[in-house]
Amino acid sequence: MGISAVWWREFKVFWREKSRILASFVQPMMWLFLFGSGVGASLSVDGINYRDYIYPGILTMSVIFGSVFFGLYVIWDRKLDVLKAVLVAPVTRISIFFGKVLGGCTDVIMQVAILFIFSFLFPSVNPWGIPQALIILMVSSIALVSVGLSLGSLMESLEGFQVISAFVVFPLFFLSGALFPVDERLPRWLASLVKFNPLSYTVDGVRGALLGISNAPFYINLAVVTLFAAIMLAIGCVLFSRMK
Amino acid sequence: MAIIQTRKLTKTFGKIQAVRGIDLYIEKGEIFGLLGPNGAGKTTTIGMLCTTVRPTSGRGIIAGFDIARQPTQVRRNVGIVFQDPTLDTILTGRENLQLHARLYGLPSSVRKVWIDQMLELVDLRGRADDLTKTYSGGMRRRLELARGLLHRPAVLFLDEPTLGLDPQTRARTWEYIRKMATKEQTTVMLTTHYMEEAQAVCDRIGIIDAGQIIALDTPANLIDSLGGDLVEVCAPRLPLEAITALPYVSSVKLNGQVMEISMKSAHLHLAELLSVIPDVVSVQMRKPTLNDVFIKLTGRDIREDAAQNNGGWVEAAAKYNQRGR
Repeated sequence: MGISAVWWREFKVFWREKSRILASFVQPMMWLFLFGSGVGASLSVDGINYRDYIYPGILTMSVIFGSVFFGLYVIWDRKLDVLKAVLVAPVTRISIFFGKVLGGCTDVIMQVAILFIFSFLFPSVNPWGIPQALIILMVSSIALVSVGLSLGSLMESLEGFQVISAFVVFPLFFLSGALFPVDERLPRWLASLVKFNPLSYTVDGVRGALLGISNAPFYINLAVVTLFAAIMLAIGCVLFSRMK
Repeated sequence: MAIIQTRKLTKTFGKIQAVRGIDLYIEKGEIFGLLGPNGAGKTTTIGMLCTTVRPTSGRGIIAGFDIARQPTQVRRNVGIVFQDPTLDTILTGRENLQLHARLYGLPSSVRKVWIDQMLELVDLRGRADDLTKTYSGGMRRRLELARGLLHRPAVLFLDEPTLGLDPQTRARTWEYIRKMATKEQTTVMLTTHYMEEAQAVCDRIGIIDAGQIIALDTPANLIDSLGGDLVEVCAPRLPLEAITALPYVSSVKLNGQVMEISMKSAHLHLAELLSVIPDVVSVQMRKPTLNDVFIKLTGRDIREDAAQNNGGWVEAAAKYNQRGR
């Protein structure tokens, strides 16, 4: 009951703010065409044009930024007392939390779906891999919205926003191998950091599904990401229930 | 039948005793006012009754459900209008009500009809599909009232429902509250700083100070307890004994050259009273109000509190206006 109510609300808000949908689509496109084409002019990876090569990474980037920031918005909701009326309803905190997670996940997956529509612009991408990619991106989004909500429930003001952005979101993105191949050519310190980032497994999984190149089999990647999501959901439930 | 009943309801925050053993017995359909200075424990008491604050000890029963042991059932049976606005301004008026209907699990078959009825009741049908951020303060309040009543709660809690509204809007808001209480047979428990309004709208009033109920009765009885009318006499010499000896004088209070005399049926006895006081400079007679009761019991004027509180409201309003993500 609480889950679907909160989910419904998030969906309404998402639909209302169409400019946000456009913005969320333009930024990854700039990465792909302005950055990807530029670097791609002089570089290819495993025989794949660089612009096509980072397509899975940029999908993951959209999921990271969209999900974490969606979760962090809960600070804003709290500041404006929007949540107050929801928190006195006869529904559990946990169902409100799950409603938010699903709302954020829906939001992000819609954005990703728009990027998938344009996959035909990237000749190396295999469209039959899209469902598989969608699954692992969805699970990653669940994990990351939980991260955002957890951090948001701990923070009193939006001032910590920049800190989270600098110390959580960007490292998660850069250390996921979204923009470079993860192999023996990487310096050892960087390789080990990448290995401990759960999002590296998302990138590897999506890359495997869409480009046919990956370090680990899909089921391993999916298992790691699912475990990550389960842990973050559990932490999020606890923190959200304790939130004042 | 009691719809709200509490026994020794208590809340302590660390070393501070916010609420110290409150006993209440409120009947179905009653409009009950909880009045008290700032920090007296009003909001904490309401918080405990609608299960957002956990009582330290004591019991509370609302509509037959225990506030500590059956919070979900209690929540289903109460509606709340908070002091600060809590509407979702990215949604329209109707969508705010739809969200509420979903959160309270109203069956989809009645949702639309009930929402239309509530919008009708608060005269917001014409603006129902506009975003609530375009609403005026009075409209927002009305929509919040409609939301609080949408799931047909047994009890509606109103925390300062008219704070910060202009006098006209305040009068209309009270009209709506009374109309809804009658029509839906809802019990209403409210807090307010406006004494005249509490006097006019409440069936019974509880005055709370330092976490305890210090008086509880109908407004008329509370006012009668002051001992009749108030007569203020200014004179150079005030013969205290002669005045208190008069049978209809219930109490006197001396402030310098001015004596405040509480007496029964002042219109009948005024001439006789003045005959015992020589060289009267001026006389003033008035009916006491709830505010006099409040001052006598708490030693404070609620209007001073209201002035302080309004500062907080302006802040809340400013915060509210910059809303929207």
